[in-house]
Amino acid sequence: MFDFGQVIDFLPQLGKGLYYTLLISIVGLLIGFILGAIFGLGRISKNKFFFIIASIYVEVIRGTPVLVQAIWLYFALPIILQFQMASITAGIVVIAINSGAYIAEIVRGSVDSINKGQMEAGRSLGLNKHQAMRYIIWPQAFKRMIPPLGNQFIISIKDTSLLSVILVPELMFQGRYIASNHFNAVEIYTTVALFYLVINFSLSLLLRYIERRLNY
Amino acid sequence: MITVQDLHKSFGDNEVLKGINCEVEEKEVVCVIGPSGSGKSTFLRCLNLLEDITSGNVIVDGYNLKDKTTDINMIRTEVGMVFQQFNLFPHKTVIENVMLAPRKVRKISVQEARERGEALLKKVGLAEKADQYPAQLSGGQQQRVAIARALAMEPKLMLFDEPTSALDPELVGEVLEVMKQLAKEGMTMVVVTHEMGFAREVADRVLFMDEGIIMEENTPEIIFTNPTSERTKNFLNKVL
Ligand SMILES: Nc1ncnc2c1ncn2[C@@H]1O[C@H](COP(=O)(O)OP(=O)(O)OP(=O)(O)O)[C@@H](O)[C@H]1O
Ligand SMILES: [Mg+2]
Repeated sequence: MFDFGQVIDFLPQLGKGLYYTLLISIVGLLIGFILGAIFGLGRISKNKFFFIIASIYVEVIRGTPVLVQAIWLYFALPIILQFQMASITAGIVVIAINSGAYIAEIVRGSVDSINKGQMEAGRSLGLNKHQAMRYIIWPQAFKRMIPPLGNQFIISIKDTSLLSVILVPELMFQGRYIASNHFNAVEIYTTVALFYLVINFSLSLLLRYIERRLNY
Repeated sequence: MITVQDLHKSFGDNEVLKGINCEVEEKEVVCVIGPSGSGKSTFLRCLNLLEDITSGNVIVDGYNLKDKTTDINMIRTEVGMVFQQFNLFPHKTVIENVMLAPRKVRKISVQEARERGEALLKKVGLAEKADQYPAQLSGGQQQRVAIARALAMEPKLMLFDEPTSALDPELVGEVLEVMKQLAKEGMTMVVVTHEMGFAREVADRVLFMDEGIIMEENTPEIIFTNPTSERTKNFLNKVL
């Protein structure tokens, strides 16, 4: 009844989708990580202006669905700006901005979770604030960030599948295209699901390994 | 070494220190006792500006902490502090804990910092624990590392905030031993403590704090045997 053998014929096309999924995930998350670090610092900053900007960013992104963000960016923003972004660029921007907001919260939460006695001990030894952050707070906070960061990476990779609605030629887009032309939804969508599973499970294992290496 | 004049400290509208005056001479050991919430920790933390001062003067080693021109990081290198909860750096080994500040603040070489660190660990009886992580040590051992870490900056003055309160009773002695040794060597010390035995034996002077002021101050003999204030008597009756 189901013919999984035929999937082989579509592997090149699915492979192309996989390529874009990985490209957008990697570039998007790299930028998201930088955004997250910057705005995470904003969320713990004593500078009111920086704090407010960072807070608005985080709340706006957390308060709206990724799908709405993608569609707004791709279909609404061009009308305002009179400028159309390429769909792949738009996809990267969506993943970057979206993951950045969550990563900012991860950064803030991890730094906040370090007992304030650590900062006090550092300061009482004569380290200035910057040195205490660098040698005492960040190394500990960074380690605590790894599990939630891994979680966010996985969520963002899965979110890239929503980008098919803004015509990004990623894995889900290719799957939908094939399935609607060849009426093989079971075979194709099962394969697509497996692709995501393999990516995310590998990432999980990698993160678990890193976490173990960092144990003290 | 320390002069405190009319020190006031408020958290919001809660005035915790209500005009503290005191002097601590070089090489003197002063113990601070008093009921919970009387402001002992707050007082101690004002001496190295972990809490900012609401009003009054705190002069440490000739520097007025209220002066904008006073380099607070420099003062803190002269004032060691030991906390109730140890506050060791969990991501660093014992020797790294001790070496960090001398390396980064005093900018001495790794080798010199290590030698100094090893000597201090030996002094607190933990030479063989240098490469372990704090989590692998008992509370008493951790607190002794914390003392070594503070001493690594070669401070002129040491502040202790209930250094044995978080310890199991059988571990208290080893920490007090190290502190006694320090006192004998002539370190200037201000010790907030509930260990009345230690205060009686080691202190040159005892301050009794209550409700944000120093109610009574005297030699341990007089405070413990013949206190003048009713409140001191009541407090001592409860704890002795
Ligand atoms: N950071 C803070 N913010 C607000 N209130 C504080 C703060 N630190 C201390 N207080 C208040 O100041 C008062 C004195 O606290 P402090 O810790 O100095 O007392 P203590 O004498 O050290 O007590 P204990 O023996 O329990 O350690 C308490 O009422 C406490 O609630
Ligand atoms: Mg206290």
